[in-house]
Amino acid sequence: MKNLMLNKLKIVNCIIVFNLCFMLSINAVYSQTLVDPLDGPTWKTVHKMMLANEKVVFDDRVKVVVPDMAEDPMNVPVSVKVEGIGEIEEIRVFADLNPIQKILNFYPGKIEPFIAFRFKVQQSTPVRAAARTKDGVWHVGGQWLDATGGGCTAPSVGRSLANWTETLGNVKSRLWSRADKPDRLRFRIMHPMDTGLAPGIPEFYIETLELKDNHGELLAHIESYQPVSENPFFSVDLESKKFQGIILSGRDNNGNLINQVLQ
Amino acid sequence: MNSSNNVSSFAQRHADYISRLLIASLLTLMLVSINMTVSYASELDYKLVAEPVGKGTYVFIGSTKYFSRKNGGNIANAAYIVTNGGVIVIDTGSSYLYGKQMREYIESTTGLSIIKVFNTHHHPDHFLGNQAFKDVSIASLQEIVNTITTQGEALNNNLYLLVGDWMKETEAYPPTEVVTPGIITIGGHKIEIIALDGHTDSDMTIYDHTTGVLFAGDLIFHNRTPAVANANIKNWLESISKLQKLDYKYLVAGHGPVTTDERAIIQTREYLSWLHDTLQSALDSGLDVSEAIQLTVPDRFKELDILHEEYKRGVLQLYPGMEQAYFE
Repeated sequence: MKNLMLNKLKIVNCIIVFNLCFMLSINAVYSQTLVDPLDGPTWKTVHKMMLANEKVVFDDRVKVVVPDMAEDPMNVPVSVKVEGIGEIEEIRVFADLNPIQKILNFYPGKIEPFIAFRFKVQQSTPVRAAARTKDGVWHVGGQWLDATGGGCTAPSVGRSLANWTETLGNVKSRLWSRADKPDRLRFRIMHPMDTGLAPGIPEFYIETLELKDNHGELLAHIESYQPVSENPFFSVDLESKKFQGIILSGRDNNGNLINQVLQ
Repeated sequence: MNSSNNVSSFAQRHADYISRLLIASLLTLMLVSINMTVSYASELDYKLVAEPVGKGTYVFIGSTKYFSRKNGGNIANAAYIVTNGGVIVIDTGSSYLYGKQMREYIESTTGLSIIKVFNTHHHPDHFLGNQAFKDVSIASLQEIVNTITTQGEALNNNLYLLVGDWMKETEAYPPTEVVTPGIITIGGHKIEIIALDGHTDSDMTIYDHTTGVLFAGDLIFHNRTPAVANANIKNWLESISKLQKLDYKYLVAGHGPVTTDERAIIQTREYLSWLHDTLQSALDSGLDVSEAIQLTVPDRFKELDILHEEYKRGVLQLYPGMEQAYFE
């Protein structure tokens, strides 16, 4: 009887080991092609929604930096830097498990494929950036973000201030000349960036931002969505000596315009 | 031999995918249920034991880690002073359970009743045990009472998310008495209330002239990286200079072991000065928050527990405010 029990145990053990080997072998085959390194539970759907099921490779040269834990779910810093893949036409930033997944699309154009800003998060989620090269392939990088939640469904802080309409669309900016790397441009735009998910407050957010030189030539272009944080703060890198003055122009979903010379 | 034959034939017979899947899911269910039984069967217990500090003062030393389900939020120090008239309690821990267990320990070891409770500041790891002392006068400075009244419940909710079941039945219970800075006599002890700030908007330090013990609250961290969620570093550094001038025999930090020398004061000051200068120069060179969290913390701070984790948290808490000011 005891022997039988022992045998049964061994059988069960063997099955566990067998199962594990089986699963690992599947993983090993797929990881060389298309297995999501973040193991996002909704990756298939997200791939379809965000990248129209177009060709994807997971690529750690697309560096996405978010903190391990969202200290403030209304303001999660994220930076995306693409290095060594060649010319990047578009970078899409999205969070798989956010109620609004799409965060921002960035067309670096004549500036560096680098952007940093903050966004709102509702729960723990993979945060990803997909960079499209000229051959149409999306190179995807990302990181898991741990969050206890609440960033998207809370009203913006500025809503509680009486004068938010007076500062709407105001821009502050600064340029850093840097010797050993491209110059850094940072700008902040006053805007509530309402998601439409807070009770009684319709969505109200900046949709497009363009950086141009003073001849009106387009340098880079940003399409932003509801999850970008209130009073958005952007950092981009560029060779400022190449351009004669930089102008920021944009528009929100209510048609309010943004127009400012950046210094 | 026999068993391995059995095994292989069994495996062959059941080699189709569905049965493997079934078995795997059954196993998972078994494991999950075992786990659940284990975690629910064990009673939550902080296992509090107080350490004597000189004569008649005792400190419950908390973990120097961050809040977790493992430590139940017991990450701060709470203390008590045994006087002729009864026991004075300084800070009440992170939950109702902590407060209850602390009170049971004090009453059973001293045989005395508790005559006064103080809260050094409004952070949840220091006051959420107040509920266990509802029949005693709980005292703090006006501003601390106000902050606990307005923000206490939000802080309490957040701790439920971080440590789970340990928080059961915990509610934010604000202090019931306002004290002002100065010396008061309780149970024959000359207790000085000192109002400072910097770790938060209002930090109360308690200096027991009778025993020479300084209860610094979270103005001093020892072998633990200072937490800066509500900090004003400049004010904090000024407060530290004031504490350094006091003639204490023992210094009870808000987190970490008790000391008799200046080590904890120096540690806290050095780290805060470095953090302030580092963030300022990051800002001056145009770094974004996500870049600032990646900066390296020098080796000289390696004695401080959860150094890198708390540094990153500190950047996330302080840098956005500094940026706003920079861009005004």
